[in-house]
Amino acid sequence: MLVAGKACLILALAVCLYGIGASLYGARTGRREWVASGRRAVYALAGTTVVAFVILEAAFLRSDFGFQLVLGHSSTTTPAFYRATAIWSSQEGSLLLWLLLLSLWSSLILFATRRRLREVAPYAAAVLLGFGAFFTALLVFLESPFDQTPGVVPAEGVGLNPLLRHPSMMIHPPMLYSGYTLFAVPFAFAVGALIARRLDAEWIRSTRPFTLTAWFFLGVGIVLGARWSYSELGWGGYWAWDPVENASLMPWLTGTAFLHSVMIQEKRGMLKVWNVSLVLATGVLAILGTFLVRSGILESIHAFGASTLGIPFLVLIAAMVGGSIALVASRAAALRSDHRLDSLLSREAVFLLNNLVLVGLCVVIFWGTFFPLISEAITGREASVGPPWFDRFIVPLALMLVLLSGIGPLIAWRRATVANARRNFALPLGVAALACVGLAVAGAASEPPALIMFTLAAFVLAGMGQELWRGTRARRVMSGEPVPLAVVALIRRNRRRYGGYLVHSGIAVLFVGIAASSSFADERDVRLSPGQSVTVGGYDLTYVRPTAELRPASNGRLERIDFGADLRVARDGRSLGTLVTEKSYFPSSGPMLGPVSRYFEGEATSEVGLRAGWQRDLWTAVSPDIGELRPIVEEGDKVFSDSAASLPAEQRGALLAEALRGLTARYADDPPPATFRVLVSPMVTWIWIGALIVFAGALIALWPSPRALARRAAAGYAARVGRETRVRVPA
Amino acid sequence: MDPARKRTVRLIVALSAAVLLAGALVYTSFTASSETRTPSQLASAAKPGQVYELTGKVEPGYRRDGTVTHFRVRDRAGNVSVPVSYEGTIPDPFRAGREVIVDVRKEGAVFVGEKDSLVTKCPSKFTAEQKS
Repeated sequence: MLVAGKACLILALAVCLYGIGASLYGARTGRREWVASGRRAVYALAGTTVVAFVILEAAFLRSDFGFQLVLGHSSTTTPAFYRATAIWSSQEGSLLLWLLLLSLWSSLILFATRRRLREVAPYAAAVLLGFGAFFTALLVFLESPFDQTPGVVPAEGVGLNPLLRHPSMMIHPPMLYSGYTLFAVPFAFAVGALIARRLDAEWIRSTRPFTLTAWFFLGVGIVLGARWSYSELGWGGYWAWDPVENASLMPWLTGTAFLHSVMIQEKRGMLKVWNVSLVLATGVLAILGTFLVRSGILESIHAFGASTLGIPFLVLIAAMVGGSIALVASRAAALRSDHRLDSLLSREAVFLLNNLVLVGLCVVIFWGTFFPLISEAITGREASVGPPWFDRFIVPLALMLVLLSGIGPLIAWRRATVANARRNFALPLGVAALACVGLAVAGAASEPPALIMFTLAAFVLAGMGQELWRGTRARRVMSGEPVPLAVVALIRRNRRRYGGYLVHSGIAVLFVGIAASSSFADERDVRLSPGQSVTVGGYDLTYVRPTAELRPASNGRLERIDFGADLRVARDGRSLGTLVTEKSYFPSSGPMLGPVSRYFEGEATSEVGLRAGWQRDLWTAVSPDIGELRPIVEEGDKVFSDSAASLPAEQRGALLAEALRGLTARYADDPPPATFRVLVSPMVTWIWIGALIVFAGALIALWPSPRALARRAAAGYAARVGRETRVRVPA
Repeated sequence: MDPARKRTVRLIVALSAAVLLAGALVYTSFTASSETRTPSQLASAAKPGQVYELTGKVEPGYRRDGTVTHFRVRDRAGNVSVPVSYEGTIPDPFRAGREVIVDVRKEGAVFVGEKDSLVTKCPSKFTAEQKS
């Protein structure tokens, strides 16, 4: 199977190279058969990549340690779901996933546009195949996922990193990669439109669902990563301005800007240079994110170390940036706007300002992320900036963004009048003023940025609610439907508009959660023995008893040892139940470690005790002090290395299990004090709820409206009639 | 005001805002950044009170003393190490041999870690070095 996998990748590379040539030749000479052949090369790339991926996936599922990749990233004790998803925990597997998603999305868009964009699509196909060739070449020449394990194949693998054994972490990479690869689609069509000089809004309309889907998937990936960080990493935060986090946020921000500014091009033929530059920048930033994650050029929580990929990625990025600048500069005349901005008090101007804020956010994050390299280049000394530096710029820009997200949908196109302003802004401003006064009296004035954010969020939510109510009322006048039916019918007929409003509402809710949890959190690190208590944020936590357990895998082998604590929770003297938090210790496969100590020298993960609620989360993680067990562990190592070494494997295994059972019983009976991080964080749940609202809004906006479906069916019918007529009529 | 003049004024305002933002970015990043140092660099020249971002590998033999963890960080490729004391929760992947990043301030002979600044690198994601 290793050979078959390698053959698929080599075939995929050949298909890419052929497809690029066929598409470009077809586009230059106008020969349709070559264009179609180039498009079919994309389908063939998808086919070969699917086969390669299935071969590798099957090897992971059956724990075939003859595959070096499976040996390094899976084991028989890894649960089945994580064996299936461990493929993208590796460099090679994640690159293969990138290629798979790219080829599938590319096939979909080229199939969807096979009878449209005839001049643009061949160039877009060549660009998409160019990306395909790049990633296939990496897999063939530098990072093969189909390398054989040298020497004797071991019976057990290293296993998936326990930190990654979390459902959201396993879904997070495919979401991110879907976002990155989908952003390659508008990039490719923008390049095609520039080369073919077809710079109207048609390519934007055709690729818009893909751009929105990319934005959706990348957003889901970012939120899943934040959720994983909050519930798995044992530090209680959800965002740390780590370069890898920033790498995913930058294309999402420019993608957001693009989704807004294309509306101006569609409606008024303006901002063509800006739009095409944004979409090209988003494509470059998506690749830059992939490069950052794999090059190891920046200090990050992620140890990548794969510097062999740095140079090829740099070459690709340089080609993308250079080519983009050259294309935009050479087509400047064709990109001239059809209209000019009529007034600064117009929806166009607000959208433009919103774009500038989003791009400003991206610039700040870019500068902060790459500052170590910039600093070294200028001063010769590597230096970095931390979260306080990011917050200094991000907080005011985020406040502006939320304000503009409330103004945008309320202000008129072209030129706002005083009557328009009074009609649309009076209620939201009134609600915002009331919220501001109420919250200030309630104590939020101690954190002015948070108070401003709450006020702006109230403004946005009131504005969106007002728009929905006005639309519903108008519909009811026309149709006489009851309110729920009128709301559903209104949204069904204007999915893009009301989906967008829902996204704005979700963003407001999300920012309320971020502002509250980052401004009013109460946190303590405390060391407790059983029976002792601590009070944090009004909650009384009592360490009731320690827990200690050996956890077997589905095949009966020991997967991990859990040491934890049961905590009794009370508030205002009222019992709220028990919180359980654990630290899991996974065995190391290091050859130098003793038979007992290897269970405490491998990876460790935290199982957070979480009591989530609308108002606040009570979050706690335990760090057991296993230092007092060290002498017993070392003694166990000595015993098993000396006398037990001569025993048969089965008997030795039984003895080792008994020793570990004794060790855990010892911890449970005579526990040393444990360190607890206790965090009372207000309104964190609002972040996840806000994100869900955003994604629901995006899905509504993505779903084709009945009118669009009817148009598409009519166009399909007309095309078929046209074809049949052409066949039947003699020349 | 005639439209051409209006556009010029708008352009000047927009460019001024961009220049201001860029100036603030450059100024604050250079003044608020902490310099990245290896243990050997810190061992030879570290000013008391200044914050440095220390990067290196954890040496075997770290110990916990209540909520304070005492450990030594050595050069990635080398044997020079410096003592660090860090108060607070230790990240799950922290152990001997792992790469860490921590903001430290020199106090006497010891480097004291800043609260919540200790980062231990996630060890298995994309570890190409395993192959070699």
